[in-house]
Amino acid sequence: MNKQDTTYLDQLEAEAIFILREVAGQFERPALLFSGGKDSITLVRLAEKAFRPGKFPFPLVHIDTGHNFPETISFRDEMIVRIGEKLIVGHVQDSIDQGKVIEQKGKNASRNALQTVTLLDTIAEGKFDACIGGARRDEEKARAKERIFSVRDEFGQWDPKRQRPELWNIFNGKIHPGENVRVFPISNWTELDVWNYIRREKIELPSIYFAHQRDVITRNGQLMAAADCLNMDAEDKIERKNVRFRTVGDMTCTAAVESDADQIDDIIEEIKRSKISERGARMDDKVSEAAMEDRKKGGYF
Amino acid sequence: MDLLKFFTAGSVDDGKSTLIGRLLYDSESILADQLEALQQSNRKNDDGTIDLAILTDGLKAEREQGITIDVAYKYFQTERRKFIIADTPGHIQYTRNMVTGASNSDLAIILVDARNGVVEQTVRHSFLVSLLELKHVVVCINKMDMLDYSENAFNAIREAYAEIAQKLQLKEVTYIPVSALKGDNIVNRSQNMPWYDGESLLGHLESIEVNEDKKSAQARMPVQWVIRPQTDELHDYRGYAGRILSGSFRINDKITVLPSGIKSEISKIEINMQEQDVALVGSSVTIHLKDNIDIGRGDILVNSSHEPILSQSIEADLCWMDTKVLDPSIMYLLQHNSKLTKCKIREILYRVNINTLEKVDADSFQLNDIGRVSIRTAEPLAFDLYQENKLNGGAILIDPRTNLTVGSLMFRANAE
Repeated sequence: MNKQDTTYLDQLEAEAIFILREVAGQFERPALLFSGGKDSITLVRLAEKAFRPGKFPFPLVHIDTGHNFPETISFRDEMIVRIGEKLIVGHVQDSIDQGKVIEQKGKNASRNALQTVTLLDTIAEGKFDACIGGARRDEEKARAKERIFSVRDEFGQWDPKRQRPELWNIFNGKIHPGENVRVFPISNWTELDVWNYIRREKIELPSIYFAHQRDVITRNGQLMAAADCLNMDAEDKIERKNVRFRTVGDMTCTAAVESDADQIDDIIEEIKRSKISERGARMDDKVSEAAMEDRKKGGYF
Repeated sequence: MDLLKFFTAGSVDDGKSTLIGRLLYDSESILADQLEALQQSNRKNDDGTIDLAILTDGLKAEREQGITIDVAYKYFQTERRKFIIADTPGHIQYTRNMVTGASNSDLAIILVDARNGVVEQTVRHSFLVSLLELKHVVVCINKMDMLDYSENAFNAIREAYAEIAQKLQLKEVTYIPVSALKGDNIVNRSQNMPWYDGESLLGHLESIEVNEDKKSAQARMPVQWVIRPQTDELHDYRGYAGRILSGSFRINDKITVLPSGIKSEISKIEINMQEQDVALVGSSVTIHLKDNIDIGRGDILVNSSHEPILSQSIEADLCWMDTKVLDPSIMYLLQHNSKLTKCKIREILYRVNINTLEKVDADSFQLNDIGRVSIRTAEPLAFDLYQENKLNGGAILIDPRTNLTVGSLMFRANAE
């Protein structure tokens, strides 16, 4: 692809900015769900384009499982200082301490499922009526049907049968008290679009997206970062490999791929040649064919 | 490289999902793990090949029922273009989903089963395409393999469809004989139909020019949000943020703010925090005016030389999208871009039988009914006729009891 010829990126960008401004115009207390991943970092850049030189009309909200990559957390904290916006952190550890959730046991234990509870609590505490997220329709089959404005009931649930039709560029953000809307401004972007945009805009990312030397173990055929939260035992053989991460989630469920791509151009080339789609490196989707749909109904991002 | 949005109309039996699956598969837009999941799935065609329809059937309920019940969006790209497909169901009970998909598309693919020819649902789909004013239509005559790739069969269907196209005033119709199952004329030109000298479906989608549709003299920008930092150094900064629906704006252009009717001139245009002399259709921009006027969300900036209609009484085509029937005695909310106002349905002029295109009398509209109504809004709307400017000529109705989107309106005439 010709690097200069990025008309479609301008179209996608203009659409995303439009959606962010609709959120600002239609809701009383919106928030931007920030994961530290490239999609939400892209959202931050788009929000700068939508609202500067004004402040963002919403805080950033991060749900911290306590098992995040340290690189993600330090990136987040530096970014917040740089952009001068407000950050609210919901801690899964707090939900565990309050007895609202019970930590899983065993080797495959993950806090990934627990964070839904923390998220819903954080939304309730902040009285957020709209939560902006970085989900894309190309990620997974269930997401292909998600609206750009997606209404969640008072239990945070998504009902695929009761989705509102979205015509032209008119988004209906009317809700009843207790409900909220998840808004996905980059719904129409693909993984490659996001990477091309990051390259064009020279957006900084956490270092784990780029190839680096790391201690890893192999779990269920996937390379996982060696860390205490993986409950490693003698069977887990630690190896030093050159790896990078294609998504940034909880360390317990985000697999690495072996890679030498340490520059963004190399990553884009690698993705173009890639044989595994992005969520293929997320173990949480593998459980069943309908895994994502079930988690979304329950209030997952 | 630009973006083409298209939607597909046809029912399960026409092989619509197979057609989309084939486009993705043959253009190598399926990734390995998706392919693996596909191969492991229990669903196979009778001859044991992969059932490509699975690629577009998203929800569990759909997989169980084997039908598509919503709008699914799919993305792929070739060397020449990026594509967004709105995959919409074709059964009559999903008319509202088709209307939704069509409202966001530049082009429609209408699928006809070659064995059945033009049938009732072909008329219905074509009516929706004309209602939503899609300028480009591709009629894919599918399952040609089951008719021995007969040129006569293709020609007979083409002639039958041309009559419908004329009746509905469809402007640009292209006919392509295909077999989605076997891959004929989808991505690659078929060896089985040497008599066909047109492009394959993908070739056509890659080369068709759609951007001329977007040139318009009517410069329109609904205000979504006002940027006012109110800091010491930016004390007087007041930028009107919005996306240009149609036409373009330049510095020093004379503009009118509606509904107030106040006139001013553009002093500054910013796109992505950089000053520009001109802003084109589709751009998200921030516009500054020479005069300090009270402007907020719900107002629209237009060029003073081509002002839209300003009215509270409108005749519109209405597609009803809710299971609760239309109640002319209650007040609905009408959302027209950034404008939200109360609205009453004053009169139902007629309902269209969408299978026969006959106009019939009606007291109310049920789910998926379409017809002409006369509405009255609490505040004046600054709109264009839908046939002249889709994005400033369409609106949605919201039921204030449920907050659901219950209807879509295409403005057809000023009734004042």
